[in-house]
Amino acid sequence: MLRLPSFRYLQPKSLAEAVALKADAGPDGMYVAGGTDLYPNMKRRHQEPKTVISLMGIPDLRTMEREKLGTCVTLSTLSNIPSFQHSAVGTAARLVSTPLLRNMGTLGGNLCLDTRCNYYNQSYEWRKSIDFCMKKDGKICWVAPSSPRCWAVSSSDVAPVMVAIGAEYRLLGPQGERVVPAARFYHNDGINYLTKQPDEILVDVRLPAPDGWDAVYHKLRRRGSFDFPVLGVAAWVQWKGKNVAAARIVLGGVASYPQEVAEAGAVLMGAPLCDESIAAAAEAAYRPSKPMDNTDFDLSWRKQMTRVYVKRALDELRARH
Amino acid sequence: MSEYRVIGKALRKVDAVAKVTGATRFADDLSFPRMLYCKLLRSTQPHARIVSIDVTAARRLAGVLAVLVGRDLPIPFGILPVSQDEHTLCLDKVRFIGDPVAAVAATTEETATAALDLIQVVYAPLKSFDSAEEAVAHPEPQIHDYGDSGNLHKLIDLEFGDAAAGIAAADLVREDFFFFEGSTHLPMEQHAAVAQWSPDSKLTLWTSTQTPHYVHRALAKVLELPAARVRVIATPNGGGFGGKSDPFNHEIAVAKLAMITGRPVKITLTREEVFYCHRGRHPTLMWVRTGVKKDGAITGMHFRSLLDGGAYGSYGVASTYYTGALQTVTYNVPRYHFQGARAFTNKAPCGPKRGHGTPQPRFALEVHLDKIAEQLGIDPAELRLKTLVPPNSLTANYLRVGSMGLGACIAKVVEGSDWKGKFRKLPHGRGVGLACSSYISGAGLPIYWNNMPHSGVQLKCDRSGGVTVFCGSTEIGQGSDSILAYIVAEVLGIDPFDIAVVTADTDLTPVDLGSYSSRVTLMSGNAALQAAERARQILAVHAAKKLDVPLERLTFAEGRVFDRKDRTRGITFAEAVQCAEAAEGMIGTVGSYTPPPSAGRYRGAGVGPSPAYSYSACVAAVDVDPETGIVRVPTIWIAHDVGRSINSASVIGQVEGSIYMGLGEALMEEMAYRGNRNVVHKIPSLLEYKSPTTLEMCDVVTYLIEDPDPNGPFGAKEVGQGPLLPVMPAVANAVYDAVGVRVDEVPITPEKVLKALRSKAKGEEGRFGPTSFPDISWPEPTRVPTPWEGGDGRATPVTAAAPERQH
Repeated sequence: MLRLPSFRYLQPKSLAEAVALKADAGPDGMYVAGGTDLYPNMKRRHQEPKTVISLMGIPDLRTMEREKLGTCVTLSTLSNIPSFQHSAVGTAARLVSTPLLRNMGTLGGNLCLDTRCNYYNQSYEWRKSIDFCMKKDGKICWVAPSSPRCWAVSSSDVAPVMVAIGAEYRLLGPQGERVVPAARFYHNDGINYLTKQPDEILVDVRLPAPDGWDAVYHKLRRRGSFDFPVLGVAAWVQWKGKNVAAARIVLGGVASYPQEVAEAGAVLMGAPLCDESIAAAAEAAYRPSKPMDNTDFDLSWRKQMTRVYVKRALDELRARH
Repeated sequence: MSEYRVIGKALRKVDAVAKVTGATRFADDLSFPRMLYCKLLRSTQPHARIVSIDVTAARRLAGVLAVLVGRDLPIPFGILPVSQDEHTLCLDKVRFIGDPVAAVAATTEETATAALDLIQVVYAPLKSFDSAEEAVAHPEPQIHDYGDSGNLHKLIDLEFGDAAAGIAAADLVREDFFFFEGSTHLPMEQHAAVAQWSPDSKLTLWTSTQTPHYVHRALAKVLELPAARVRVIATPNGGGFGGKSDPFNHEIAVAKLAMITGRPVKITLTREEVFYCHRGRHPTLMWVRTGVKKDGAITGMHFRSLLDGGAYGSYGVASTYYTGALQTVTYNVPRYHFQGARAFTNKAPCGPKRGHGTPQPRFALEVHLDKIAEQLGIDPAELRLKTLVPPNSLTANYLRVGSMGLGACIAKVVEGSDWKGKFRKLPHGRGVGLACSSYISGAGLPIYWNNMPHSGVQLKCDRSGGVTVFCGSTEIGQGSDSILAYIVAEVLGIDPFDIAVVTADTDLTPVDLGSYSSRVTLMSGNAALQAAERARQILAVHAAKKLDVPLERLTFAEGRVFDRKDRTRGITFAEAVQCAEAAEGMIGTVGSYTPPPSAGRYRGAGVGPSPAYSYSACVAAVDVDPETGIVRVPTIWIAHDVGRSINSASVIGQVEGSIYMGLGEALMEEMAYRGNRNVVHKIPSLLEYKSPTTLEMCDVVTYLIEDPDPNGPFGAKEVGQGPLLPVMPAVANAVYDAVGVRVDEVPITPEKVLKALRSKAKGEEGRFGPTSFPDISWPEPTRVPTPWEGGDGRATPVTAAAPERQH
């Protein structure tokens, strides 16, 4: 069977202790929450930490308030709260993987999910047979061999929603605390896909107060369970009466970061949602959607589905306004 | 079925509680003192000469006890006598990414894994081939140094009557191309094996295999041990579906490592390695031309298939024959020409997956008939009913059809699904499709030539009343252990759950060829029936004496032997055994089963004959999203002619499992390779190899047609494979009914549906699928006159200088 390599496992009881343990462990140390991303990756030698520091025993990370979510809240908890104000967050959490993995996987884990690529998410031996890729152990991006960058895909369901609703992330590291808007937490680079430093802990997520806005999340994947998104559409609208005062369309699964398509939000502003404006927004989102050949499904079909899924997301927002 | 007490009842399986409580010990659950762990180093090249292998550093690693390379086991093996083309570890070349080149035994699995990294292999790459068409186009470099031509492993050309003349006499001639993508079995249990070498020089191998008898033969051959010193025990399989029917490299490697180290050695494959073992569905390109009369009667058929065999022979020769064999057992095909080719390619070897070689042509045939029905303006159900093969008849290719319930199956699903109210009548986006199929209840001929029985049973009656059944058959989750218990219990009138069933142990149990080709219920069932009837005969004689009742008035039921006319006059089953044992000594019987001889006498006639054929008809309902092309299947109605259910719950379970597997093949499963990246398997994982979840599974309405077949035990025919076959074509036909486009290949993915819809919207043909079949130099056909031409099953002798054939 595929074995998990040996490593040292530490269980700090406070944030300060966790940061100190990481400082001691140095670059060979990594934080882990639910482990549903890290441990399979360790089996395939994507990440090879010698010391793994669990964040699951830290009460500060389990916060569950109306507008503040600790990052060690499990995805099951997040998706099973019926009165949850921010329903798109709950929807996205509920669409991650399987019930069993949601019981282990956490909000923070999904927000920091390693980018995915079917040249990368393979065993060491498999990767050896293609002479590896630049994301780990190699030099080339097999998805785009002439490209200087890695095209691994942002595959989080919750991250596009956080970017769309304008959530803020609070981080804690040896240099202290900082707060960043969700959009600025991500980079469009398959290797350096987070602005988070390895020694920083994502502590909690601040959600905007419900204030006349609404958001939905639609996910495209092969099957109704297990699968990562090959396209995620998070749509957010700030209503002003019947009109759209502001809107954001954020695509998941088509780039190395949750990709906001500003043009798509812009065409919706100042008018009610109608067939024409929705079609225009869908078209605007379709154009910059550039999935690569490194996930399930044919890439041209995935691109075409951007139009359909943006339309369906906006139709849902219109229907429930 | 009130005449039986056990047969036909929905009893639980005899091993059910152990399975559901986790008590069953699968191969990977076995552990022995001082056990070592084996890992295999696999090729990172799709096609290459091995220049050198240096295992020095691996041997030096602390904890490593032995390292093997190809030359340590130079004798080849393979499941078919004609394809002994595998080595335990590659000798001088590798043929696909995943081909094993070295084996390590170490004290821990981590150490064995670490040792693999220390082995240096130098490869000299050769041109590699990722499709059958590529292999046809390039005879060189040859992947194997044997085969019919270049990289073509096998070429078949069989003609039964003059098919061209038959087709020429038709009112309508239709030609179609189809492609069936390769798929794998995906058993939940990954293959595992443990070998032990005893101080008195005997080898024992516990392994998750469907065919312990063939593994036994392969071990004896490759390890050069007397077969009597080799014992193979098949552990309960956590699913097989054909993927555990070959002898495998890892089984021989752990055996050799145990012999070298004198310690038990275990291997558990990773999921990725299971993808490399494969032996799954052959990707198959097909062309079919059929002539029909206006009323739908078939006048002749010409069928071609090109199979992508992957890197080794496996069952491939049989698979290739199977792509042409069973077209004739459902509909009357008076003249039939079959040409089949199997290519070697640099991919994991293909072999037998549930339906073995017949789902691909069945898909082609059933979609082809749907198109013919539309052209003729005949309802597809009606068309099929008009052309059914009659029961108790001989087909053009000399298959002997016995009981034949396809007409009843079609009638059931047409009624149950409200076919007439739905077909071509549902709104755009919704549709129904119909397809039928047939499958063998065990292959009529064994894999290696011999004239011995295919299945044997020993039965022991203990003076305590206990009965033990010994049989080589292998429990792979399908319920074969239970079948033995039910049949013996029915005959001896005892509780099936009291019976001890000992199976799949080459030291203890008589040979059964294995759990493949849907043969076990019929063949081991008949052997068990014979053994039980013989035991009953002996017991009855002595019970009759003891009770002073005429023999023919005795009944065996409820654990007693009694006078039917006076139920109080009886003894317990244990007392009956005691009487018999006192008079005759230990009570043991044997039973065995040999299939009836087949009618065909031509070369190639060995594939297709069976003691009985099962039949299925299926209606699938689909919802197609015209914006995305996504197909969902809400309901499938299926009727299956099983002859008679031994256990109705198990039969329905097999039907539902077949539909589940068929849905995966219809909609998403795909053995995908990166042709442009070294022919690496694209997605060797449970996450990315897409197979349906419970959320994709449809509702299933099952109807069982029970018309007992004289060759089956209590009339039973197969159910394990046949019901899978009609699912893929039924879904394809339903997609056409829903949105008016033809996807002439599986899987029917959203991309393909959308492309076909776009083509149709542009005024082009609303179709996605292959449009050509490569030129192949077919051999001179083996011409066999049909039974109605006075044929006797033999081929016409080949005359010299036969003219070149035009195709």
